[in-house]
Amino acid sequence: MADLYGMINVPTILWIDEEGRIARPNDVAFGSNQFKEMTGIDSEAHLERLRAWVRGEGPAMTPEEVRAAQSLPTAAEQEARAEFTLAWWLSQRGHGEDAEPHYVRAGELAPHDFTIRRGTMLIRGLDPMGEDFMKIVNEWTESGNAFYRPLEPVSAS
Amino acid sequence: MSATLTLLHDGRSDEIAVADPARPAIPADSLEETLGWDLQPEGLCRGMVCVPVDQSALVRGDGLDLGVLADALQRPLVTDEQHAVAALGASHHERGEALTSLEAPDFTLPDLDGNLHALSDQRGKKVLLVAYASW
Repeated sequence: MADLYGMINVPTILWIDEEGRIARPNDVAFGSNQFKEMTGIDSEAHLERLRAWVRGEGPAMTPEEVRAAQSLPTAAEQEARAEFTLAWWLSQRGHGEDAEPHYVRAGELAPHDFTIRRGTMLIRGLDPMGEDFMKIVNEWTESGNAFYRPLEPVSAS
Repeated sequence: MSATLTLLHDGRSDEIAVADPARPAIPADSLEETLGWDLQPEGLCRGMVCVPVDQSALVRGDGLDLGVLADALQRPLVTDEQHAVAALGASHHERGEALTSLEAPDFTLPDLDGNLHALSDQRGKKVLLVAYASW
């Protein structure tokens, strides 16, 4: 699913309308404010827009707004996903040492893709909730990058 | 030398007999079944779409050069020679075109009881798609 939708972190949410069309592209939204202090993201703004859209009381985005807000997959991201696919296959067959260079290469190709970098930590013997994770997050954010990249507020159509 | 290459692509895995895992080639007669493309005089074709390709580089004595094929289709190819496995990723152009069409890519996933559900099963309803992880 991450490959099909170009997801690079979680949570990632999309709205899909009754006709199976993307009505809001990849966005960062939480179901509650449990992590608000850590993320700075207020869940209620998205939930209000979502409720209004579901009830037919508020707009989704226009197709033009959706396309303008999409971050499309790059060649490097797709190569990282191929490296991940290969590494995962090797890991599942007990070749963890041989998988490691492919995991590392995937992270070099797409350092912002935490579905790969964090999502592979457990199988690599790293801690996705502890120091190992915080190390890559701190490196990423101290380089001036945001860990979560939510969309701007939706404009009315 | 003869070996079997495991080719990971499009969510599936194919076993292909190759002469040299370091420079894998796939049999020309299995191209359409394996990757959905057909080699025509004008290039690699799928339906109404044809992609130009240097056929002198593509066609080898032992089949179609997988690296040339991947380049022509703009798909990333990564290999592990030791384990004779290769992963052919999706083209970023194809993924991008699919997303900008705004038609939500379909997928099927199991629920906690193992029952399969496709996104397209939800047609007619508004869907909130949430990707999350417990790590």
